[in-house]
Amino acid sequence: MRKETICNAALLFGLLAFPLWAWVTDEPFLITLTTRAIVFAIAGVGLNFALGFGGLVSLGHAAFFGLGGYVMGVLAFHAQTYTSVMDWPFVISGTKSMPIIWLVTIILSAVLAVGIGALSLRTSGVYFIMITLAFAQMLFYFTISWSTYGGEDGLSIYVRNGFPGLNTMDPIQYYAICYVVLLMVLAFVFALSRSSFGLALGASRQNEDRIQAVGQVPFRLYLTAFAISGAITGLSGALFADLNRFVSPTMFSWQTSGEIMVFVILGGVGRVFGPVAGAVLFIVLEHLLGGLSEFWHIYLGAILLGVVLFARGGLYGLIAGREVAHD
Amino acid sequence: MTDPILDIRGISKSFGALKASNNISLDLRPGEIHALIGPNGAGKSTLIKQIAGGLRPDSGSVYFDGQDITDLSTAARARLGMGRTFQVSSLAMEYTVLQNAVLGALGNRGDIFRFFRPVMKDADLLATASEALEMVGLEDFKSSVTSELSHGQRRQLEVAVALTLSPKVFLMDEPMAGLGTEGSHRLMGFLGELKHKTPILLVEHDMDAVFTLADRISVLVYGEIIASGSVDEIRGNPIVRSAYLGEEAET
Ligand SMILES: Nc1ncnc2c1ncn2[C@@H]1O[C@H](COP(=O)(O)OP(=O)(O)OP(=O)(O)O)[C@@H](O)[C@H]1O
Ligand SMILES: [Mg+2]
Repeated sequence: MRKETICNAALLFGLLAFPLWAWVTDEPFLITLTTRAIVFAIAGVGLNFALGFGGLVSLGHAAFFGLGGYVMGVLAFHAQTYTSVMDWPFVISGTKSMPIIWLVTIILSAVLAVGIGALSLRTSGVYFIMITLAFAQMLFYFTISWSTYGGEDGLSIYVRNGFPGLNTMDPIQYYAICYVVLLMVLAFVFALSRSSFGLALGASRQNEDRIQAVGQVPFRLYLTAFAISGAITGLSGALFADLNRFVSPTMFSWQTSGEIMVFVILGGVGRVFGPVAGAVLFIVLEHLLGGLSEFWHIYLGAILLGVVLFARGGLYGLIAGREVAHD
Repeated sequence: MTDPILDIRGISKSFGALKASNNISLDLRPGEIHALIGPNGAGKSTLIKQIAGGLRPDSGSVYFDGQDITDLSTAARARLGMGRTFQVSSLAMEYTVLQNAVLGALGNRGDIFRFFRPVMKDADLLATASEALEMVGLEDFKSSVTSELSHGQRRQLEVAVALTLSPKVFLMDEPMAGLGTEGSHRLMGFLGELKHKTPILLVEHDMDAVFTLADRISVLVYGEIIASGSVDEIRGNPIVRSAYLGEEAET
């Protein structure tokens, strides 16, 4: 077995064993902490698909994370107040059903990503970074002024949304949901990375002349990748909001975009499981360093600098070797 | 005389004050190798770029298979049947040799928007890719990562990827550079066969190769075609000798 495969298995096992141990020893806080890591991991896996596989350095993925959060918040808010989201031209009512919220989130995030991508993918490099950032900031300020849904204060919901057959308010059960979603997202991205689309996307990232010379258009590949990426990160936003039973404009902030990027860089850009390692490390650091000092972000920054300067492949690069697998 | 498959009509292109292409006309007919020679900076690659796409001529047009393609994108031209190799290798450097060849076969088949089936297990694509790699002599390097190949091997891979496209014409920008004597001879033999199926517009510095392979030669100097004709005509042309072949002998 390759080292990378062993790392992947160890990560998944750890994310399974640790919360189960916490459950047995009755430490619900640690279960919730793990769930948080898992949700962040999903956000990172989403960004990594655009950044690592497509080479699209988006500093605006908070747009999708926040959108997922607000889809959950708005639908649940209307369900709990027995009002409708809109009455005209047709009636859309709220819902407390997680699967429906996820579906709506995935669709809307992909649509938003196509919109943002169609405009921003005409640029590259620093311009692309700035434009994606600008779109997320627009949504950030929009939600701040959107008083119907709490404006700056955000929106709380009383109980977590429902999942058929489960009690989502039980930490271990909500954790299980998120864990399974993570597995599905990883399987999806793994399949994509080995597919025709994955091969062409990676080639486009490495050399656009090459992909054009074989008759294909980089823009279409990038736009599709961006939509998939946005949909995954959007989904994580919905899960995050449900975890906290709260959504606020912070989810759209540039700090959020930055943190999602940190998961990817810490873990290892371009590796399917990289952001999972990155998110886990982030949560561990936040927990340990955050206990030492309020200014733990300074230490995080130092570690990040170390990774970028000395371990370009992130955690995965250090443990599993620099070379990405070829089959 | 057969109709040309590729017909370049009065192309001009300037970069600021520099006339990189000055009213260039040339064509490529079925079954031939048309060699384009000229000193460094003459504008050979610039001309290839205008034919393959990626650089739009200021004036003039490019006809391919009877169709004006001057306004088409690079990708569209490739799909119409232009197989191109680059002077500076343009490959997916992180991929293996086989992955690069499969990419060509995939691009040519056109169904890149497939999301689940593992592409490196697609028997058709693998067959096309392997065949092309064998033709250029890279069959033993299938699992080598492209960035680890020698320059010569990268040139071979460029040719192999172009082969997977089953194009109607080849545009080859110095495919022999860095190949070494043995590699050059092998490729020359191969191109000599290939031209019967697919004509080749060949930019090449190696004069031996050009004089052996070419059916026609055009000489480009400072963006202008100063002579065009058969091998013997070019070899005996005094202007060419002083403008180009002479310089070649000095260096
Ligand atoms: N994009 C560009 N912008 C400005 N000048 C350019 C550009 N591309 C090429 N040139 C100039 O045009 C001239 C022709 O360049 P080109 O690469 O076509 O030459 P070449 O005949 O292929 O030379 P070589 O034998 O060295 O490959 C050169 O002087 C080059 O510097
Ligand atoms: Mg050149």
